[in-house]
Amino acid sequence: MPEGAFFVIMVTKIVVVFGLMLLSVSYLTWLERKVIGDIQVRLGPMRVGPHGLLQPIADAIKLLFKEEIVPQAADRTLYLLAPAIALVPAFISFAVIPFGDQVRFFGQTIDLVITDVNIGLLYVFGVASLGVYGIVLGGWASNNKYALLGGLRSSAQMISYELSLGLSVIGVVMLSQSLSLVEIVGAQTRMWFILLQPVGFLIFLICAVAEVNRAPFDLPEAETELVAGFHVEYSSMKFAMYFMAEYANMITVSAMTTTLFLGGWRGPWLPPVVWFLIKLYLLIFLFIWLRGTLPRFRYDQLMRFGWKVLLPVALANIVVTAVFVALR
Amino acid sequence: MEWLMFVPLAAMALITATLVIVLRNPVYCALSLVGTFFALSGIYLLLQAQFIAVIQVIVYAGAIMVLFLFVVMLLDLGHERPLWLQRDRPRLLIGVGAVVLLLLELVIPVGSWTARVPQGSSTSELMGGVGNTQLVGRLLFTEFLVPFEITSVILLIAIIGAMVLARR
Repeated sequence: MPEGAFFVIMVTKIVVVFGLMLLSVSYLTWLERKVIGDIQVRLGPMRVGPHGLLQPIADAIKLLFKEEIVPQAADRTLYLLAPAIALVPAFISFAVIPFGDQVRFFGQTIDLVITDVNIGLLYVFGVASLGVYGIVLGGWASNNKYALLGGLRSSAQMISYELSLGLSVIGVVMLSQSLSLVEIVGAQTRMWFILLQPVGFLIFLICAVAEVNRAPFDLPEAETELVAGFHVEYSSMKFAMYFMAEYANMITVSAMTTTLFLGGWRGPWLPPVVWFLIKLYLLIFLFIWLRGTLPRFRYDQLMRFGWKVLLPVALANIVVTAVFVALR
Repeated sequence: MEWLMFVPLAAMALITATLVIVLRNPVYCALSLVGTFFALSGIYLLLQAQFIAVIQVIVYAGAIMVLFLFVVMLLDLGHERPLWLQRDRPRLLIGVGAVVLLLLELVIPVGSWTARVPQGSSTSELMGGVGNTQLVGRLLFTEFLVPFEITSVILLIAIIGAMVLARR
């Protein structure tokens, strides 16, 4: 492939994926409000456009034009930087996730993944582990006690659950013998890893919900105790950036679950990209469903559950898987 | 091409490392250290050591520094006096002198040796072929098994020690 074509293809892929991701993020807010509304026997947004379909656009315009307020005692630099620090990792981790098979386009074979790195899985974990900075720094820089408490809670929570998250995928890595996400999808040609790693899948799913700070693990922003947690002091677009980061993280985590346990883009009859999107959105729906159904954990319950239940089970899962892989 | 990446990364590592000790606000110091880790991770990537590069980010930037920040924020340390305004001049001079000597001791031998040091068995070509992670894993569980196990025992002792101290 000539250098120029490579460059054009790369930029196109990045722009398309990034654009679709932004679009999905804005429409996830609509989806969430609709689904939660349905669960609570309400209609949800109905006024702007048919069935409220233009609501996200109205919201975006409103947030862009709102007044920006910076608290007087805030640490200005970090206060302004924190939302961006939260947003960037949320978007760049999608770079290694394969969303389809190779396609031929204008005589060129194109892999439907932005870049296939041989440590793709670790890359996602590395980037995801940075998302916590945006939250912690935002909480600290606002100089508000609720925000600080929210930020501290989130750092403790994310570190605790990251361990189990990392351990839960070791089974998958042992079975596929690779850290490249493209090869992990390739290893699931005959059987999805959810069938071979049901325990790993459950642990991964639980930790994933905790990683993206969503109910029942939404302690960093627990409205009833902390007003709104780490983003109390944020307004206008900065506030929106935190929300975009949360939804983008939800997409990434669902995409990771799809790739690691549900066979990625594999599936019969329909085109691969469609299968990928179906699985992705089913998982996102599950996240919203959980939020509409389950009450919030208490902080000590959350910590005990993470360290005393999830971590030992994840370790046991590794041992059992290792025995089976060795005997095979 | 390599220089194009190495020079900015090295400069970033040096600048952020200096900021760690020069800045007055402990939170900013901790963040500068995160910057240093990123620059180091980039340099590892240039050396074809992708595994170490990502582990560096996951372990140091993603976990250890978050805990540091956690503590700094909880203690609310306030602003430290900058280094050059501190009273104890003689000690400061001794410290700087010792650091410079240490650096020279590192730089001079490395500079004169690189030309004739033999190549190790794990060259970049080999890593490109086998994959960095596989190579690290294989070496850890064969050639370096004993040091690897000793390290894990030391870590285990540290964990138990932390538990015992926390229970007091």
